[in-house]
Amino acid sequence: MLRVEVEKRFGDFPIVAKFETVGNATALFGPSGSGKTTIVNMIAGLVRPDRGRIAIDDEVLFDSGRRIDVPPHRRRIGYVFQEGRLLPHLSVKNNLEYGRFMAGIKRDGEETKRIIDLLALGNLLMRRPGKLSGGERQRVAIGRALLMRPRLLLLDEPLASLDVARKREILPYLMRLTDEGIPLIYVSHHAPEIKRLANAVVLIEGGHVVGKGGVDVLDRIDPDMLG
Amino acid sequence: MFDLTPDELTAIHLSLRIALVATAAALPFGIAVAWLLARKRFVGKALLDGLVHLPLVLPPVVTGYLLLITFGRRAPVGRFLYETFGIVLSFRWTGAALACAVMGFPLLVRAIRLSIEAIDRRLEQAAATLGAPRRWVFLTVTLPLALPGVVAGVVLCFAKALGEFGATITFVSNIPGETQTISAAIYTYTQVPAGDAPALRLVIVAIILSLVALVASEWLARRAGARIHGE
Repeated sequence: MLRVEVEKRFGDFPIVAKFETVGNATALFGPSGSGKTTIVNMIAGLVRPDRGRIAIDDEVLFDSGRRIDVPPHRRRIGYVFQEGRLLPHLSVKNNLEYGRFMAGIKRDGEETKRIIDLLALGNLLMRRPGKLSGGERQRVAIGRALLMRPRLLLLDEPLASLDVARKREILPYLMRLTDEGIPLIYVSHHAPEIKRLANAVVLIEGGHVVGKGGVDVLDRIDPDMLG
Repeated sequence: MFDLTPDELTAIHLSLRIALVATAAALPFGIAVAWLLARKRFVGKALLDGLVHLPLVLPPVVTGYLLLITFGRRAPVGRFLYETFGIVLSFRWTGAALACAVMGFPLLVRAIRLSIEAIDRRLEQAAATLGAPRRWVFLTVTLPLALPGVVAGVVLCFAKALGEFGATITFVSNIPGETQTISAAIYTYTQVPAGDAPALRLVIVAIILSLVALVASEWLARRAGARIHGE
C-alpha cells in the first residue's frame, strides 16, 4: 500500500495531497494542470516535496521530518511517462533491458519473452525509438517499466498523446497490466478510461485531493470540474 | 616536388603526435568542465567559464608566456613537476602538447557544453526511474547523446592543436626534432633564402590534414547524429 502525504509549493500554486491506495489500481483523476503529474513525480522521486512523507508498505521513501529522501534509482518504481521517453540512442531491445541491467536483475529469458508477448513487441526489438509509432512507443515504455520488476507502476496519462485509434490499440494492454499483480497508479483526466482500468479513484483539483472512493465517484462529480 | 625531406617528415610526425596527445589529454577535462558549466551552479562558475575561454581571446604569445612562467624549469609548478615526477615540459614536445591542449580547450569545451545543454533532461530522469545511479545515467544517456558535440569538439581541438603556433613557439621554442611542428617549420623556411619549396610542401600537407580532419568530423558527426535519431 502506498501512503502519500506531501506538500509542494510552486510559486503561488500549492499542492497538498494526502491519500493512500486501496486495491491494486488507483486512478489519480482531475483536470489538466491540477497537479497530478507533480504528485506522481514526487512518488517517483523526481520532484522533492517541501514537506511530508511517502511510504510503500513499511518502507519510507521520503520523510522530511526524518530527512529521508530515497533517490529515484533506488525506489524501484516503474514510471510510464506521457511521452514515453524511450532512450533514443538504444534499440527497443536495449531499452527493454536497460532497467534490468541497471537494477542488477539477472537475465530471465522466460520473463522477458512473456512481457514481449504480453505487449506484442516481438517484431520491434531491433528498431530504434525514432522509427516507432506513438502507440508502439508507449507499449515499449510499458514493457521497459515492467521488466525492471517494479513494486509500483506509475502511468502518467499514457494514452494522452495518442489518437483515438492508438488509444484503442493500447487500452487492452493496459487492462492486462492489472493481472500482473503490480499495484499501479493511473493518472488521467478521462473518466471512461479510468472506469475500465482502475478500481479506486483519488480526485484532484487545484492541487488538492477533493474526493476519493471507488470508480463510482466519477459518476457523482460535477461535470464542470473538468472545465 | 613532393619528395618530403626527413626534416619535413619529422615535423609532420611531431605535429600529428602533439595534436593527438593534446586532444586526448584535454578530452576528459573538457567533458568534465563542459558538464559542470552546462549543469551545475556553483560559486566561481563565471570565473571558470572566463578562464576556459581566455586562450581564445588572449594573444597566443601571452598564453605561451604564461605557460613558460608557470611550467618552466625554474617556475613554481614546473619545478614541482620536475622535482617530484621528473617531468619537464618547457622546450619539450610534451610542453608543445600542453600549449596546444590549452589553446584547443575552449573549442572543445564549447562544443561539448552546447550538446549537453541540448539534451532532454527528461530522458535522464527516465533512466533514473529505471534504476540507473547518476554516474550510470551520465555514461549511458548523457554522454552518448552528447556524442555529436564531443566529436565536433575533438576535431576542432585537434585542428587547433595541429595549427597552433604562437603559444607553442613562445613556450617550447622551435627545436627541430623536438618542438618544431609543421607551423614552426613553415615559419623557419620562410626566414631562409631557399625555403620556398619546402615551405610550400608543408603548406600543402597542412591543407590536406585540415581537410581530412574536416571531412572526417562531418562524417563522424552525421553518424553519431543518425544513431541518436534512430536510423
